Amino acid sequence: MALSHLAASASRSTSLLKPLSSALSLRRPISGDNSPLTVETSVPFTSHQCEAPSRSVETNPKELLTFFRDMALMRRMEIAADSLYKAKLIRGFCHLYDGQEAVAVGMEAAITKKDCIITAYRDHCTFVSRGGTLLEVFAELMGRQAGCSKGKGGSMHFYKKDSNFYGGHGIVGAQIPLGCGLAFAQKYSKDETVTFALYGDGAANQGQLFEALNISALWDLPAILVCENNHYGMGTAEWRAAKCPAYYKRGDYVPGLKVDGMDALAVKQACKFAKEHALKNGPIILEMDTYRYHGHSMSDPGSTYRTRDEISGVRQERDPIERIRKLILSHDLATEKELKESPMPEPSELFTNVYAKGLGVE
Amino acid sequence: MERDPRVCVMGEDVGHYGGSYKVTKGLATKFGDLRVLDTPIAENSFTGMGIGAAMTGLRPVVEGMNMGFLLLAFNQISNNCGMLHYTSGGQFTIPIVIRGPGGVGRQLGAEHSQRLESYFQSIPGIQMVACSTPYNAKGLMKAAIRSENPVILFEHVLLYNLKERIPDEDYICNLEEAEMVRPGEHVTILTYSRMRYHVMQAAKTLVNKGYDPEVIDIRSLKPFDLYTIGNSVKKTHRVLIVEECMRTGGIGASLIAAITENFNDYLDAPIMCLSSQDVPTPYAGTLEEWTVVQPAQIVAAVEQLCQ
Repeated sequence: MALSHLAASASRSTSLLKPLSSALSLRRPISGDNSPLTVETSVPFTSHQCEAPSRSVETNPKELLTFFRDMALMRRMEIAADSLYKAKLIRGFCHLYDGQEAVAVGMEAAITKKDCIITAYRDHCTFVSRGGTLLEVFAELMGRQAGCSKGKGGSMHFYKKDSNFYGGHGIVGAQIPLGCGLAFAQKYSKDETVTFALYGDGAANQGQLFEALNISALWDLPAILVCENNHYGMGTAEWRAAKCPAYYKRGDYVPGLKVDGMDALAVKQACKFAKEHALKNGPIILEMDTYRYHGHSMSDPGSTYRTRDEISGVRQERDPIERIRKLILSHDLATEKELKESPMPEPSELFTNVYAKGLGVE
Repeated sequence: MERDPRVCVMGEDVGHYGGSYKVTKGLATKFGDLRVLDTPIAENSFTGMGIGAAMTGLRPVVEGMNMGFLLLAFNQISNNCGMLHYTSGGQFTIPIVIRGPGGVGRQLGAEHSQRLESYFQSIPGIQMVACSTPYNAKGLMKAAIRSENPVILFEHVLLYNLKERIPDEDYICNLEEAEMVRPGEHVTILTYSRMRYHVMQAAKTLVNKGYDPEVIDIRSLKPFDLYTIGNSVKKTHRVLIVEECMRTGGIGASLIAAITENFNDYLDAPIMCLSSQDVPTPYAGTLEEWTVVQPAQIVAAVEQLCQ
């Protein structure tokens, strides 16, 4: 079965091996195109206790194409994980990130691998944006030795030490003090680097967040707390869990910025701004207004506490990949056809090519 | 909740969502938002609030969505829940029930596979029970709610789907009583929660091999029912403990101490204890299986004990 699969995919895999520029039409080799382009974010930033950065973001065709490709890869990866879970090849808890890709991708574009990122359990895409491979992702999800945690961690425990990705945490909010600890170490070693500690709107009500924030502000740590606000803490909507769901303001004495988390360029701008701020002035909160298409986890249908209309509405109007696609097309950087053919490894295909029979993949 | 208007439920997604394991399904519609409270994700605080409410006479049932999350509330459970009756010279009782699913599930990962009974067992002033069947789950839950003492009720993630015919009417199971699952003559097997099922599976094999094990589900983890356990030891003279918590500092370790102190003269062999390995529960299925006691190991242990 593996062989026939290989044969069928032969034509696709040869295009996988071609360098990017030849796969696209040679009219506009945008792969190397670094010519500057300025784009406006979807909405202006809202700020708390600081001056908001400009809406005009500097980018270039190469970056936009990278955004498109990386987000599309992540989207496909999460959907493949959904299928593998339903086929019982992934077990236990599996929290998918589709809809939120712009946060991972935009953040990465603003920083270096020397900066640290730590997040909770919705970590597959963040791991990939830090340089993790699909093989490591799927092997870990399926509990194999080749996984990033040797199969011992599972979906909620992805880590990548060499690119300063600190996980991957199952207990809501517990990663925030850890993140502030990373920032402390960075200040201690005078690294000129920062830490992004990600958490959700559910975790925003944890006491330990405020403890860590107070200490970080007191000690001027380069800690950037990023609330990925997808508006639901499992089954509880933000307004039912938080008296004040303006998470970017809840730092009180700590400045904050509200960002459209579905706009990768806005995310990039905000993270760049936050890094500069944190290195000079200590902690800052970024609230990313984002959305998850799947339920909280694969055990949650995601439809008992929100309407299907809401989900499809967001998909139609705010999908992060669609936004970049429209940008690329409207700025005449590539054609629809080129975007479709642009090489992207098919996650499950990659998997079949690597594993021998008998490991339960077929 | 029908019987006593002071009983309320608090926890994450217990109300509108119906509970992550559906334990509280339908309660919010029936009793309303003030009696079935959806809390933010703030375990330390809402457990503390439940204890505070209990001090005035309310009877909250606090749910940890997974027992492991209650580690965030350890201070409240230890210092306030356990100690306030004593430190106030008896003025306050804390009739609270703290419950939730724990134990090793199916590849839930290290942080969601914890067994907190070993961590909580030293806290003075609390009672701990572990249910294992639909029948004793209902009985123990009611008894826990009616108790004037704080009770921690340990449920197991893998046991929610059990089906059993149980009486519709009101009944309770004594909180301090162990359950005789299978009387026998050769060896006393003490167990609780999910391991009861592994033990009973092993018992089938053992019976075929000619052994007659006595299986007791201890149910009460604090205090131990030394009356039932003692009578059994006096009869069989051999003890095997099968538990899911880790070997170090587990319930089994305490049970060994208690039996040795009280019934040493009746033992014909050293007590054997099968526990989970002292490791974080790995995600990979095969590794997870090796972490937990399996029926084959129970059979081998009995054979060794009865030589």
